[in-house]
Amino acid sequence: MPEKKLDLLQGTLDLMVLQTLAAMGSLHGYGIARRIEQASGDAVLLNQGTIYASLVRLQQRGWIAAEWGTSDNNRKAKFYSITKRGRKQLAADAAYWQRLSGVMGRVLAMQHEGGER
Amino acid sequence: MIDTLRQALARLRAFFRKTPLDRDLDAEMASHLAFATEENLRRGLSPEEASRQALVRFGGVAQSVEQHREARGLPALDVLLQDLRYTFRTLRRDRGFAGAAVLILALGIGANIAVFSVVNTILLRPLPFRDPQGLVWMASDRGVGGLSAVTYTVAAYEEFLRHNRSFQDVTAFDPYFGDTDYKLTGRGEPQQVAGVAVAGNFFPILGVQPALGRLFTPEECQKGGRPAALLGHFFWQRQFAADPGIVGQAILLNNLPVTVVGVLPASFDFGAVFAPGLQIDVYVPAIMDLYRNTGNTLALVGRLKPGVAVAQAQAEVDVLMPQIRAAHKDWFDDYATAMTELKDHVSGKLRRSLVVLWCAVGLILLIVCVNLSNLLLARAAARSKEFALRSALGAARARIVRQLLTESLVLAGAGAVLGLALAFAVTWYLARQGSIALPLLSTVRVDAAALGWTLLIALAAAILFGLAPSLKISGGNLQDTLKDAGHGMSAGRKHDRMRAILVVSEVALACVLLVGAGLLLRSFLRVLDVDLGFRPTRAAAIKIDYNDGGKRERRGAVLQEILHRVSAIPGIQSAGIVDMLPLDRNRSGGLQAKGRIYGKGEDPGAAFEYVVTPGYLRAMGMQIREGRDFSWQDTPTSEPVVIVNQTAARCHWPGQDPLGRTALIDGRDARVVGVISDVRESGVEQGSGLEMYLPETQADPEGAELVVRARVPLEALAPSVMRTLRAYNPEQPAAEFRPIQSIVDRAVSPRRFFVLLVAIFAGLGLLLASLGIYGVISYAVTRQTQEIGIRMALGATTERVQLGVIGRTMRLVLAGIVVGSITSLVAAQSIAALLFKTEPTDSAAFAGTVLLLIAVALIAGYIPARRASRIDPMVALRGN
Repeated sequence: MPEKKLDLLQGTLDLMVLQTLAAMGSLHGYGIARRIEQASGDAVLLNQGTIYASLVRLQQRGWIAAEWGTSDNNRKAKFYSITKRGRKQLAADAAYWQRLSGVMGRVLAMQHEGGER
Repeated sequence: MIDTLRQALARLRAFFRKTPLDRDLDAEMASHLAFATEENLRRGLSPEEASRQALVRFGGVAQSVEQHREARGLPALDVLLQDLRYTFRTLRRDRGFAGAAVLILALGIGANIAVFSVVNTILLRPLPFRDPQGLVWMASDRGVGGLSAVTYTVAAYEEFLRHNRSFQDVTAFDPYFGDTDYKLTGRGEPQQVAGVAVAGNFFPILGVQPALGRLFTPEECQKGGRPAALLGHFFWQRQFAADPGIVGQAILLNNLPVTVVGVLPASFDFGAVFAPGLQIDVYVPAIMDLYRNTGNTLALVGRLKPGVAVAQAQAEVDVLMPQIRAAHKDWFDDYATAMTELKDHVSGKLRRSLVVLWCAVGLILLIVCVNLSNLLLARAAARSKEFALRSALGAARARIVRQLLTESLVLAGAGAVLGLALAFAVTWYLARQGSIALPLLSTVRVDAAALGWTLLIALAAAILFGLAPSLKISGGNLQDTLKDAGHGMSAGRKHDRMRAILVVSEVALACVLLVGAGLLLRSFLRVLDVDLGFRPTRAAAIKIDYNDGGKRERRGAVLQEILHRVSAIPGIQSAGIVDMLPLDRNRSGGLQAKGRIYGKGEDPGAAFEYVVTPGYLRAMGMQIREGRDFSWQDTPTSEPVVIVNQTAARCHWPGQDPLGRTALIDGRDARVVGVISDVRESGVEQGSGLEMYLPETQADPEGAELVVRARVPLEALAPSVMRTLRAYNPEQPAAEFRPIQSIVDRAVSPRRFFVLLVAIFAGLGLLLASLGIYGVISYAVTRQTQEIGIRMALGATTERVQLGVIGRTMRLVLAGIVVGSITSLVAAQSIAALLFKTEPTDSAAFAGTVLLLIAVALIAGYIPARRASRIDPMVALRGN
């Protein structure tokens, strides 16, 4: 049996979307979803549909912009891109996550060393 | 922060753009799936597998759309709208229920808004003046006694004004409105207009600005100043068609040209505050020099300095007045003054009545809520399967409670709207009831505060009547409900218990209301039974105008001629003239027994003074106990005479026959020639004071009222009396022909008003309670059709079945009566002060209530009982 996929923590999807758009420039919904899956090495459990709730939330906050356009293979699609304010937010959120994961790592490491089994 | 706001706005926008946004999302998702399928095809999957995989990875289109919508719009509002749509649909399906519920609520809420508006206007809202809490009413003689007792002389007023330190300023007006009634001539037929003379600083102190023109100048308030008048707004509209050009023109008042200097604003209603039930038409300056020798004729209103409390002003006047009095040995009065906030003076006496009224109407709302709860429970029982099904399909309990509360809110909302319409109508009607002598009543309207109150009680009612049933329903056991396959099963005992409790409380509440109404009604009947000392039926009064040049020698002949002519009118039984009618206006003068040395506390003070012609006592139906009426032989030159009432006789000549003795009237001798029965002069519910009657030929009257007693209906007489008066004096103004009964009615109108309202509420409570009883019993019978059928098939007689149903009704009602009676005993104690010659434990009120409730319960129970006894056992058993 393969390892169980990771459930996404509340709010992490928004951050992943922002990061993806920051790294990749303009993308449509499917593209964003695929990028996240690939970047995570298919380790996260992502129902691709949930990305649309995240997208509308980010858009309403003014962190990303959306525009209908045409894809390489001539298909109509809605393209998203990160805004200036989105980048600022991304920086703040990323720093926060890094700090948090650092702390979590240290705390968990300590428990492993001192644990009595 | 900004982002949150931006998001909130975006959500709100999205809420109103559902369709385009949904279409956009659909297109986006379609393209997503197309991309995914394409990629899968490229990976070599078959077309079917490719699109299947795409859908799997997408993970539920419907959920995603739902998630998107929740993130995008206002989900709470969506749920509410959904609930509302559903509510309207169910209510439309159940029109009978919805109609009844809304109607009941409208009655309950409407009554509450109307009463709140009255309470708010009279008790809660500040008086319609600038900084009204700084205004103080000053009453001499501690506010006890007739008008002459509580008023001041010009000298006392001026001395107080000079020496006090508590007030910024003190103003005065002449409260003897009748004296300052004016005759308006030169514009159509002569007219009587009601006027009041006010000091120059009256309007500035109250903070009233004229709507047009200006207030009085100091020069106009001086003796010899140019005569000026201000018009009341209503009078200006009625008499002068709201013509702004009237300002600056002269009108003829009492045949003297008076310049109209301004028009007062519509918001200023002198009568509403100072003379309930009276509409003042014109205001003239009270010229102090003309009032110097008229005795106590000024009512005082002061404006306190900022930061000074009424108690401080009271403390000061307690010290100040004796000092002023000591400096003026010639004053009759020591002006022991009671200071009250003007608002208290105006409405303080009504506080208790209004609070009782408010409680009564609150009880009505409670009964309405209980009734609605009951209706909803009955409905819920019928709908229990619907809810069981919904919750089986995944609706959370909170969601169902929310749905049910939405229903209650919609019902309450509709009831509130209808109730508001009702309240608007009622307040409109009340504001136009000049015959109800309640202060400020003419300014009653449904205002912003009343709207707020409406919102509050509608919400409270919705929660009160909606919450219990919805918790009850949604808390039920799913399986039991779904299994409970059909009619006729005697299930749902707990519903029954709850409904029984509701009915018992409803009956108890109605019982309290009925006892209260019964007690007040008994009091009112006692008031109507009071021996007034005169007979109001078939007697009427009309203000008359005559010209005697102010001379007693001529007055006798003039009045005798008028009475002679009026008495000749067919249908007139007797006629007489008086200056002031009992229960209407009064003044007092000094009365003592000549030669008697009064010990401390023996001199009762001034007596009410009436100046009358021969025949007046008979026309009013007053009783001469001893001695004689005046005659035209009592002239200015004959021996001065006086008639006193029994109370005055007892006080001044205790244990003696007063006839033939000499009285001192304001220091002058007069022989007592008659004693009459006591007349209720100040109020129907107050005992009589000391009264004396002086002949028109020997004393100076304050105005003239012609009183006639008729053999025929009064209305028929009015034109001929007026014709006769006009024939004698063409300047006789058009005046109201007032039945004496209307004066009595006016005096008892506040009590009548309260009794009527409380009785209406009690009736409403009784009706609602009987509906509640009927509903519960009728429902029980319906549900037990089968059971009753079986019992009848087994030989139970019609009577037995009926008795069973009625017995159950009576058990409920008796429980309610017991609870209600005990509560009533307590409640009745709290309204004891409002009762007149009626004990709070009055057995008639209690027995009447119990009998009434039992009778109504019997009817409410009998209808379903009869239905039960008509059940055909075969049909009932076959049913289902």
